[in-house]
Amino acid sequence: MKKFLTAILFAPILAFAAGATLHLDSAPDKSNDMAALQNGAKIFVNYCLNCHSASYMRYNRLQDIGLTDAQIKDNLMFTAEKVGEPMKIAMQRAEAKAWFGAGPPDLTIIARARASEHGSGADWLYTYLRTFYRDESRPTGWNNVVFENVGMPHALWELQGEQVMGSDRKLALVKPGRMKPQEYDAMVGDLVAYLKYMGEPVGEFRKKLGVIVLIFLSVIFVFAYALKREYWKDIH
Amino acid sequence: MSKVNALLQGTLNWVDERFPLTSNWKAHLAEYYAPKNFNFWYFFGSLAMLVLVIQIVTGIFLTMHYKPDAALNASGVPVAFASVEYIMRDVSWGWLIRYMHSTGASAFFVVVYLHMFRGLLYGSYRKPRELIWLFGIGIFLCLMGEAFFGYLLPWGQMSFWGAQVIVNLFSAIPLIGPDLSIWLRGDYVVGDATLNRFFAFHVIAMPLVLIGLVGAHIIALHEVGSNNPDGIEIKKKKDANGVPLDGIPFHPYYSVKDIVGVVVFLFVFSIVVFFMPEGGGYFLEYNNFFPADPLVTPPHIAPVWYFTPYYSLLRAVTYPLFGIDAKFWGVVAMGAGTLIFAFLPWLDRSPVKSIRYRGPITKWLLAVWVVGFFILGFLGTKDPAYKFFGFIPGAPVAQLLSVYYFLFFLTMPIWSSLDRCKPEPDRVTMK
Repeated sequence: MKKFLTAILFAPILAFAAGATLHLDSAPDKSNDMAALQNGAKIFVNYCLNCHSASYMRYNRLQDIGLTDAQIKDNLMFTAEKVGEPMKIAMQRAEAKAWFGAGPPDLTIIARARASEHGSGADWLYTYLRTFYRDESRPTGWNNVVFENVGMPHALWELQGEQVMGSDRKLALVKPGRMKPQEYDAMVGDLVAYLKYMGEPVGEFRKKLGVIVLIFLSVIFVFAYALKREYWKDIH
Repeated sequence: MSKVNALLQGTLNWVDERFPLTSNWKAHLAEYYAPKNFNFWYFFGSLAMLVLVIQIVTGIFLTMHYKPDAALNASGVPVAFASVEYIMRDVSWGWLIRYMHSTGASAFFVVVYLHMFRGLLYGSYRKPRELIWLFGIGIFLCLMGEAFFGYLLPWGQMSFWGAQVIVNLFSAIPLIGPDLSIWLRGDYVVGDATLNRFFAFHVIAMPLVLIGLVGAHIIALHEVGSNNPDGIEIKKKKDANGVPLDGIPFHPYYSVKDIVGVVVFLFVFSIVVFFMPEGGGYFLEYNNFFPADPLVTPPHIAPVWYFTPYYSLLRAVTYPLFGIDAKFWGVVAMGAGTLIFAFLPWLDRSPVKSIRYRGPITKWLLAVWVVGFFILGFLGTKDPAYKFFGFIPGAPVAQLLSVYYFLFFLTMPIWSSLDRCKPEPDRVTMK
């Protein structure tokens, strides 16, 4: 009976696993690669932080990924005055909405929001940023495999080049960009790693602290259990 | 040394003449005799208290920085949503406090569901413990209200649309429904007025009632004494001093035992807080990292996992009755599904309390009910068009299980008295 019960308990999970349809490429894990994160930050402020804000993220928080205040000020701050300011943009939301149909979302926690049963938010972004293709029926001339009829044009097209979608729904590169496909994928990997970091800057520290907390609790457990044994030895 | 002792004794006497400190200490801890055979299932009462304390303490610190304001800030983000991210980033240890609170909400339901299941296993709701059970049901309902109000506060997409769906349910009530739902929201849509009143309910109204009910639950428990896995009354066998033969003082025996339970619980709790605070999208829903947008309806709106079994009951009703919309009867089914637990003390007619001495009918029906509860909960997180293995439609399964959910309780007076029970032992057993 126990086996039968376990079987029906787990049935929904198996059934659920069979239901996934949207295929996402898995993003490379560069959470602890400071050079990749710094490169990602550079790409982010150059290519994204014109239309998209990251209004919960302060510039000086980038110390987390090994940058000094001076480096941040000199290389990454184009519009902000003080290093403690959040990453805001000059574009007005009402104008943005008129231009793109929908206001470009704030990207601070986009890597968390885009997670789903299909994959992590990083996977979604990694696939999204690599699957723009030419579509003349769209106002911007671009469409996307992951986010159909997206309002955003392909901001990185100079780097990737132009893809088109064949009748088999596969993408082919018809006009090369400044980067080779492998270089482009690696660059997007860096950018996505940065977006993931920005979604939860405390993420890596959280896990390190967690290990210490669990070790601490394990030690406490030994004493707590010994105390219980001592008190209970006469109870039969 | 004797001088210090005399001073301490004097102080205690001074207090005892003015406040029943020693007598309460004895009545509730040092001379509260609990059965000596408590097992694994008996940890969850004290753990529920621990989670309540975690929620209150972390909640106090969260209110110091959280702003219940639906207006948009200069970056076009609702102030409430931005204040949560502010806590996550700029408040010292704010992320830890917030994750403890969000994980605590789910942990509360895990612990309370296990605590209630213990009651079902060992017949803890039966005479003379009916009032303990009813206070417990009150706590459970309060907790659902508390969780529902709290879930709106981060003002994400799921907060907003979840509240919108639930408040709209009230509009299904004939005649007064539409006006009632506007009165509850304080607006025609979920908005700033709703956010502010939900904040008030979440941080003061519900916690006050909750703490009052927890007090009543424990006072009633300590009046009649705890049940145990054998379901027999330890007060029937007492020694010359009137102490139950199978009873041991709660303190120090169960206080030291519960500390072990607390450490194990905190270990599991910490695994979630530090390594998977989103709980795979079940504890913090991914869509809730998008700020609330009244103009964008998410493709799929589901309540948080602890509400989904009842949400399945709601969706299972698809037929109008007596000329009233099916939606109304769905709301009735959902309400009945949560309230039906309250009638257990009078539905159960078994001659024995504990599952240990009950027959196969009870064991099977209860096992199927529990599995059904899980499947209803799972289906409640899914779209109504969901299919198991891609071909078994979920909706009829949910309907079938919903019927079973209620039949289990409604036919309990019959099957519980028919079951072949084993004789109960005279004294508790240490298994």
